[in-house]
Amino acid sequence: MPKVAFWQGNVAIAQGALAAGCRFFGGYPITPSSEIAETMAEELPKLGGKFIQMEDEIGGIAAAIGASISGVKAMTATSGPGFSLKQENLGFAYIAEIPLVVVDVMRGGPSTGLPTKVSQQDVMQARWGTHGDHGTIAYVPSSIKEMYELTVKAFNMAERFRQPVLVLGDEIIGHMREKVLVEDGLEIVNRKRPVVAPDEFVPYKADPSDDVPFMAGFGEGYRWHATGLTHNDWGFPTNNAADIEKKMLRLMRKVDRFRDDIVEYDTYEADDAEVLIVSYGSVSRSALRAVHEMRQQGMKVGHFRPITIWPFPDKELGAYASRVKKIIVPELNCGQMVTEVERAVHGKCPVYSKGLVNGELFKPSEIIAAVKEVA
Amino acid sequence: MSDRYEIRFAGSGGQGVILASVIVGEAAALFEEGWNSVQSQSYGPEARGGSCKAEVVISRGEIDYPKAVSPDLQVILTQKACDEYAANTKPGGIVVLDDFFVTELPKVDAEIIHLPIVRTAKEKLGRELVTNMVALGVAARVLEKKGFLKPQAVKQAVLGRVPKGTEELNAKAFDEGYTMAE
Amino acid sequence: MPRPEVLNWIRQQFFPHVWCPGCGHGIIMHAMIRALVAEGKDPTQTVLASGIGCSSRMPGYVNTCTVHTTHGRSLAFATGIKLAKPELTVLDVMGDGDCSAIGGNHFIHACRRNIDITAIIMNNNIYGMTGGQASPTTPQGSYATTAPYGAIDPTFDLCKLAEGAGASFIARGTIANPVQCEQLIRKGIQNKGFSVIEILSSCHTQYGRKNKRRRPIDNINFFKENVVPLAKAKTMSPEELEGKVVTGEFVNRQSPEYTEQYQKLIERVRG
Repeated sequence: MPKVAFWQGNVAIAQGALAAGCRFFGGYPITPSSEIAETMAEELPKLGGKFIQMEDEIGGIAAAIGASISGVKAMTATSGPGFSLKQENLGFAYIAEIPLVVVDVMRGGPSTGLPTKVSQQDVMQARWGTHGDHGTIAYVPSSIKEMYELTVKAFNMAERFRQPVLVLGDEIIGHMREKVLVEDGLEIVNRKRPVVAPDEFVPYKADPSDDVPFMAGFGEGYRWHATGLTHNDWGFPTNNAADIEKKMLRLMRKVDRFRDDIVEYDTYEADDAEVLIVSYGSVSRSALRAVHEMRQQGMKVGHFRPITIWPFPDKELGAYASRVKKIIVPELNCGQMVTEVERAVHGKCPVYSKGLVNGELFKPSEIIAAVKEVA
Repeated sequence: MSDRYEIRFAGSGGQGVILASVIVGEAAALFEEGWNSVQSQSYGPEARGGSCKAEVVISRGEIDYPKAVSPDLQVILTQKACDEYAANTKPGGIVVLDDFFVTELPKVDAEIIHLPIVRTAKEKLGRELVTNMVALGVAARVLEKKGFLKPQAVKQAVLGRVPKGTEELNAKAFDEGYTMAE
Repeated sequence: MPRPEVLNWIRQQFFPHVWCPGCGHGIIMHAMIRALVAEGKDPTQTVLASGIGCSSRMPGYVNTCTVHTTHGRSLAFATGIKLAKPELTVLDVMGDGDCSAIGGNHFIHACRRNIDITAIIMNNNIYGMTGGQASPTTPQGSYATTAPYGAIDPTFDLCKLAEGAGASFIARGTIANPVQCEQLIRKGIQNKGFSVIEILSSCHTQYGRKNKRRRPIDNINFFKENVVPLAKAKTMSPEELEGKVVTGEFVNRQSPEYTEQYQKLIERVRG
């Protein structure tokens, strides 16, 4: 029986993490994500899990990575400036292939920006914020139900692909409360443990079936070396060109290969639409209202919503691009995802960017006006 | 937008308008059958002392846009909030105003209910702190008359939210508001 | 040749190591492994973390559960490891810049929490790997590639810093006395709390060549000539101690350990 709850978005993220088996949280207070840490501080000890408020954002992600290396599912949560501070260690988790969930509840920026106001300004930071190449998986929930379920999924993907997975919430979804039917029995994925004896364990030798190496937690009988340096299958730093290339290409490939398993999106009234609105997160809530009202006025408007913003549902959106006349992309930034939309659309129809950076959520009327302006 | 009913509580920081909105949202979500609800608040420096608003949208269907576009019901507890927010009440809607703090009534196409919310909390119940509970009682009566939420559901949500040991006072405040609204 | 029980802790397949011939860090690694062997530690239940720098390459060579993290952050990683799995023995090796410059915040907070980690600071007074830049422990007046006219920055006393921040075991040794290093590390491991063992190492390649300690032996001799045991130091005036290296056990105190406190919290919450 699903449980009915009336959760705040940030609480739903914490609850999703706990349901996914997260038993460690390392973090640092930052608006508008702090309720995630607060909920974890309260709930983890009840389950025998551990919460630690670290001395800074960098320490928060570092402790979470450490816990994950020890075999415990771990998470950290932050917002824009804190996300910036975490980027170096995020890169570490990518190259050392450590499962981890990082939540960024987006607020305005740059710098301290608008701590209590909404934005979607970290879309590109999520993709390109850390140094070096890596495959990114990032979810953009638009409801409290998704805050919960996509957090569970983020843990599953992190465990499956042995890498950080991001949940990009925003201040509106993070702070609003909404009725949610909490499904039980959601699928839970755990990292693949080694199947060989400790003496035969090669820590970064990938399983050819999925390009993901098996992972032993510290203390589970296997001795191995994790490093942020580019390394060979033994985890030992290497300057050998062939080893470097092998590692880097596998890092990319392990996500690229399964892109279709990862990518998620949703559409509304899109099939016969002449104008397609593409939006995500809280903005999609305004956009759906706008579509609803414009349909009542007889306008053929539809909606396409990326649920994974990385990998971007480019093929899927591209398929619509040849059927619609125009695409409009409202975002709470000056145009970040729109560049991905343009890439996906590839000139098949005009793409219009509609940015809003005043700290407020689009009103449905503002989206309607923007559509009418281009239609 | 008849598929949704929008409620806004507005006042000054510290009057408990956010909690009031959370309780209405919870009443619809947890203590009624077949209602969806979404609650949100203006969250910023103005939430301390300045004017502050919190909104709930309830619907029998899915709720898309989470904020109030033009509230069907507003409960406003200060003149400043009244000046700022009353005007965008939905035509034909309802505005509940506190008669101690709101002395200048807005000119709006809505039913105005002017009631001693703060005075009841302060004088009759001895605690201005329960202003929001009196206001909730008023809102519950309005929602009952509209045929939306049962007052028992709202009261259950109140009792689930208030600190242990204060249930009696808060329930009394709620009842005062409910009765006052007839 | 090390004893077989020591060799069991070494990843010989990863040799040769990156350290320059004559570097002091190998002496510390050997002392640390001897201490782990003497304490009867199981390498599958022992974690060695490090940050970035010459010292921080050590975990690669030690056959236990090892993690070579980001610059300055190793104690934050180690904190997560220890808190997630308190049953593990956790050691953390850092260089002076790693520990006290970029990682200073993590260092003081690990001390404050008194989390059961043994931190070994391999202090060679310089950023060796990146080419001999000045660190917070570069002595005033010494030369470095970023202090071409002599360092004017006051020097950090890491043991005093650790003491003020709350570590429960604090000691200093030098590579000139490997037996003492081993003993101090053993005591650090035995201590249920945050232990800081500062071991003065040497970098003849980067520090020495600019500061008249060009050969490895010059550095060993420098320590031999300037080390003052703590007991003796207590009888000396500040003027007499100028330029000396005081070694020994500075702090060994009982105070609540973080993961034990957390376990108590769990029990309290769960009733």
